[in-house]
Amino acid sequence: MAEKFLMKGNEAVAEAAIRSGCRYFFGYPITPQTELAAYMAKNMPKRGGVFLQAESEIAAINMVYGAAGAGARAMTGSSSPGISLKQEGISYIAGADLPCVIVNMARGGPGLGSIQGSQADYFQATKGGGHGDYHMLVFAPNSVQELVDMTARAFDKADEYRMPAMILGDGMLGQMMEPVEFFEPTEPDALPKKEWATDGTGMKRKKNIINSLYLESEILERLNIERYERYKRICEKEPLFEEINTEDAEIIIAAYGMSARIAASAADALRSEGVRVGIIRPITLWPFPSEIFARRAAYVKAFLCVEMSMGQMVEDVRLAVEGKCPVYFYGRTGGMTVEPDAVYKEVKRILELKTAGGI
Amino acid sequence: MLKPKRISVFTGHYGSGKTEVSVNYAIWLRETMKKDVALIDMDIVNPFFRSSDAADMLAAHGVRLIASVFAGSAVENPSLPPEINSVFDDGECFAVFDVGGGDDGAVPLGRYRSRFCAEDYDMFFVLNERRPMTHSADGAIEEFYDLERASGLKYTGIINNTHLKGLTTARNILDGYSLAEEVSKRCGLPICFSSGTPDVLEGLPDGFTGERFPLKLRVT
Repeated sequence: MAEKFLMKGNEAVAEAAIRSGCRYFFGYPITPQTELAAYMAKNMPKRGGVFLQAESEIAAINMVYGAAGAGARAMTGSSSPGISLKQEGISYIAGADLPCVIVNMARGGPGLGSIQGSQADYFQATKGGGHGDYHMLVFAPNSVQELVDMTARAFDKADEYRMPAMILGDGMLGQMMEPVEFFEPTEPDALPKKEWATDGTGMKRKKNIINSLYLESEILERLNIERYERYKRICEKEPLFEEINTEDAEIIIAAYGMSARIAASAADALRSEGVRVGIIRPITLWPFPSEIFARRAAYVKAFLCVEMSMGQMVEDVRLAVEGKCPVYFYGRTGGMTVEPDAVYKEVKRILELKTAGGI
Repeated sequence: MLKPKRISVFTGHYGSGKTEVSVNYAIWLRETMKKDVALIDMDIVNPFFRSSDAADMLAAHGVRLIASVFAGSAVENPSLPPEINSVFDDGECFAVFDVGGGDDGAVPLGRYRSRFCAEDYDMFFVLNERRPMTHSADGAIEEFYDLERASGLKYTGIINNTHLKGLTTARNILDGYSLAEEVSKRCGLPICFSSGTPDVLEGLPDGFTGERFPLKLRVT
């Protein structure tokens, strides 16, 4: 077993990125994500990498675009308002089929919002955010250890599918400290060579071009269709989720990230009273693990989606369930945290509705 | 036996456990010295996890909390309350400074440099061997001098507060002590105590001769 260290979520992402062979971090400080940039600032120069505090979030994402085009593993990080600023660059990166990792330690919104953790950026992360036909891989860890593991996975999968990947955490996850174990570091030179990268022809091969501008619509349509064929493979192969006590469940709570941890406390209390409650925790938000919801919908009485938002993932749960059973929602917003007791009461309320024939 | 000075300052890396140690130290001072004790929440770097979170606990033990009016309000405002001056003006009370993490966190100490230097103060380097940046002696020494430079003050001692939160074992504290000894040798300052929760400290072997400071109360 590897040694355990005590780390903040934001620092753990940074260390995991460096160990994944990332040597380029471009960012701009924002609470509650700043420790990510601070860790990179201290450690990148010592590990042969570059930390650059850009003049803005827009500059930072375009630096990532450049580094990714040259074939390097590159990262940027921010929190909600800063991620909004990056959307144009993200769309360009997706349009140019480039891999990179973007970290969003989300906070309450809209607008400048609050500095407390929030899950109100689900739509932005999974439904585009930027313009055009594209998706990003979206990983939503629920512990500091999973932040480490998913950061490594995000780099690998981004490279494999040549597309941007996002780590979607929230302020709470970024700020909390937990013991973590790290994997052995990979040096950038040991990573698979990217034949498409614009890293110099050496007068030995044809030029590679990184571009997202296609004035001939026929070509752009063909490229978009090809990209969506790739997305289809991803939707089949890459969904990740965790299931707890769903085999005999009469009601299943759907929650991701920090909300899932809170929901788990509520579920423990309910189980101890004999209430048959289970949890499905999506770990990838795109691709969304729709299939497991469809399968469980065949026998549960209801789903309850719990989020720190006004209700965003609940729409994907409803699409997956296809009306086979009701999908309820409970959430807090603006940086407020869902409390276990409130989830406990909501589950009880729904089950009472059902017994009264109310669902 | 610990010989507390009137003014003690706790600084260190993020996650070294400054707040946990400061709050317990302030309450211990109040109980053993039978004098007025003030705890100064001097964190202007991070709006989360700070000694203001322990406001009720401190009040219950008769410790005065001095903190920015913005502390815990989710408003980021790196301001220092003027009330801090009162602990220098009142030469009788004990004052415990819980400083923000890292060298950036130590910067506001410089604002009071002349007042600290006007009397005999303690400034502790709180060390957690389980934090990656202070895992090696080289890393810890780098942090040590960065913090001294940022604060404009000189350290007087080292505190071994090695921990992994709920997973801490006596082994961690012993490893931390070895690191603290190496840092002590290189910077010429004593190890004042090793702190940890009472159950973990009980697990230390009889042969362990270092001073122990139990963290009886939990802040986070």
